[in-house]
Amino acid sequence: MNNMIAFLVSLLSGSIRMCIPIAFAALGGTLCERSGIVNMGLEGMMLMGAFSAVCGSYLSGSAYVGLLAAVVCGCMMGLILSGLTIRYKCEHVLAGLGINMFAGGFTIVMLQTVWGSRGKSTVVAGLTAWPLPVLNRIPIIKNIIGSVSPFLVLLFVCMLLVQFVLYHTVFGLRARIIGENPYVAGSAGIDVYRTQLICVLCGSVLASIGGAYLSIGDVNLFFKDMVAGRGFIALAIVILGGWKPRGVVLGALVFGAAQSLQIRLQAAEIPPQLVQMLPYVITILALFLVKNQGKAPAAEGTHYYRDGA
Amino acid sequence: MVKNRKNKIGKLIDDKVFLAVCAFFLALLVLTVILLLIGYSPIECYSSLFRGAFVGKGNLANTLGTSTPLIFAGLSMMVASRSGTFNIGIEGQIIAGAFASAIVGTSFAGLPRIIYIPLCFLVAMLVGGLWGALVALLKRVLQVSEIIIAIMLNYIMDYLTKYLLTYHFTVDGMVIRTEYLPESALLHKMLPLSRLNTGIILAVITVAFVWWLINKTTFGYEMRATGYNPFAAESAGISMRYMPLAAMFISGAIAGMAGAIEVMGVHEYFVADMTAGYGFTGVAIGIMGGGSAVGTLISALVFGSLRAGSATMNRMVSIPGEFIQIFQALVIVFVSTPGIVRSILSRKKQPSWKLRRKTDE
Repeated sequence: MNNMIAFLVSLLSGSIRMCIPIAFAALGGTLCERSGIVNMGLEGMMLMGAFSAVCGSYLSGSAYVGLLAAVVCGCMMGLILSGLTIRYKCEHVLAGLGINMFAGGFTIVMLQTVWGSRGKSTVVAGLTAWPLPVLNRIPIIKNIIGSVSPFLVLLFVCMLLVQFVLYHTVFGLRARIIGENPYVAGSAGIDVYRTQLICVLCGSVLASIGGAYLSIGDVNLFFKDMVAGRGFIALAIVILGGWKPRGVVLGALVFGAAQSLQIRLQAAEIPPQLVQMLPYVITILALFLVKNQGKAPAAEGTHYYRDGA
Repeated sequence: MVKNRKNKIGKLIDDKVFLAVCAFFLALLVLTVILLLIGYSPIECYSSLFRGAFVGKGNLANTLGTSTPLIFAGLSMMVASRSGTFNIGIEGQIIAGAFASAIVGTSFAGLPRIIYIPLCFLVAMLVGGLWGALVALLKRVLQVSEIIIAIMLNYIMDYLTKYLLTYHFTVDGMVIRTEYLPESALLHKMLPLSRLNTGIILAVITVAFVWWLINKTTFGYEMRATGYNPFAAESAGISMRYMPLAAMFISGAIAGMAGAIEVMGVHEYFVADMTAGYGFTGVAIGIMGGGSAVGTLISALVFGSLRAGSATMNRMVSIPGEFIQIFQALVIVFVSTPGIVRSILSRKKQPSWKLRRKTDE
């Protein structure tokens, strides 16, 4: 019985930990796709975020500076993506692919430049969890919510914020209209480009923060390819969550549970390679369950020409 | 016909070859800036890259040998994109082909060479092709972007082969790998101790075959029609159920051949992570090739020299070979964004990107 409880507790806290990076990225992806821009570069943005966070933390000694660096880096990546897709009408998928590939190469080259190693960085200051005053005294509960990662708080705030902005503000309404039909939005006098730009910037920052969690919120170092497909899993979760902020975070939580289970399984006699394969299999299986029921923003992945050209 | 300068430039820009060359040099320029910013000397980098790729018989042979799988990977990308599917799963398909050929290659040691080599290739093509067709199948069933599916399948194939290798096909030794292939299943090395093998001849033949398939057959015509406009193609009677599957099967089969050549011509066994991103380089090659077989061949040679030279550069200036990925990314972005090249060349103003549009006033 006690074993069982301990198992469940570790599973639950593990799920929450695992879901954070994917939830951030999926929130970012939702924001972008709602405004009609497909952000295939989530993976690369997470990678860059993870790297810049470690870099910032390494150079300054403070993890909060690292987080700030990740935000700035996310902004820059967002600018690149929006420049390519909105200004220069690059295929969204190709722009995202370019960002992913760039991030993969750039982080390794920079690892070599900063730390002289192409595998991983040194351990840097990480964001430590905040202990909660009362809850960290109660025996079982303290293992789950006795302390809370600043990222988790931030995730919760971001989720509510995205939810509020998308559904309860004029800006959100405009963004959603653009996602469905930018020409309608344009002829109604909405600045399509600016709205999309803001959405992509915020979405990229979110993805970057998700990456920062992987490095300074979890293992406190950066290693090569540490995002390992999470950006693409996040894109799948955007579909699972039906392009809704709360649904997306919930989807990420379910996924986190699966990953947490995976780590427990690794202790068992199952070959590690098969266990590592699990998240990707689950992603595909999960897509089977939901199927794309036409809930996708109608105009996502298309280009808007202001002059009607 | 008015032949003023503007028209000439306009024509040039529409020309895919010109665009690809411009994008290439633009990418090189940006890369140089990045190198400078990080603190490497571009001259040193490029000269060691050049030396590593072209100076000396061994280096030249290695360049051609590195280009061989890249030619296949680029063709694979090109075939898929001509039919309207974006095959980013090439990496997984190469691994699948490599593993399959290694297993077949070590299992029937007694067979004569003339049967054995084609058998290995056929199995590699079949496995790679099926893995590729799976992408198209899942895309149709799930109605989800093929990118997500293909990336997931890449990871799945990577771990699946690693599992099979570790638990079922490994031999004792320091490195987890399969047995050496017997002599009768190996491709000839055209220069001892280099990567260059007879696979390159096969690669050139495949380029010709793909050109013929796409441009001269009904099937190729149907494929192109699907790529241009799937709705029009469907109303013309082309099956949207099977066409993407068939195209992705061919694409995957070509990728599988790349894997087989890496096993049978270079490594002589299967080892984890042996494909080292050939698939993703293939994507860049396919895009730079602009959908033509010959263009793909040339881009593959370009990227082959870059990859081969980057090993030397790694030794001389200690910059990781992954820096090629940065270049790949830049090439992809610049080739697929003609707007950038266009706005740099013809200083004609594009519809400006005014952030603030004052229609309300």
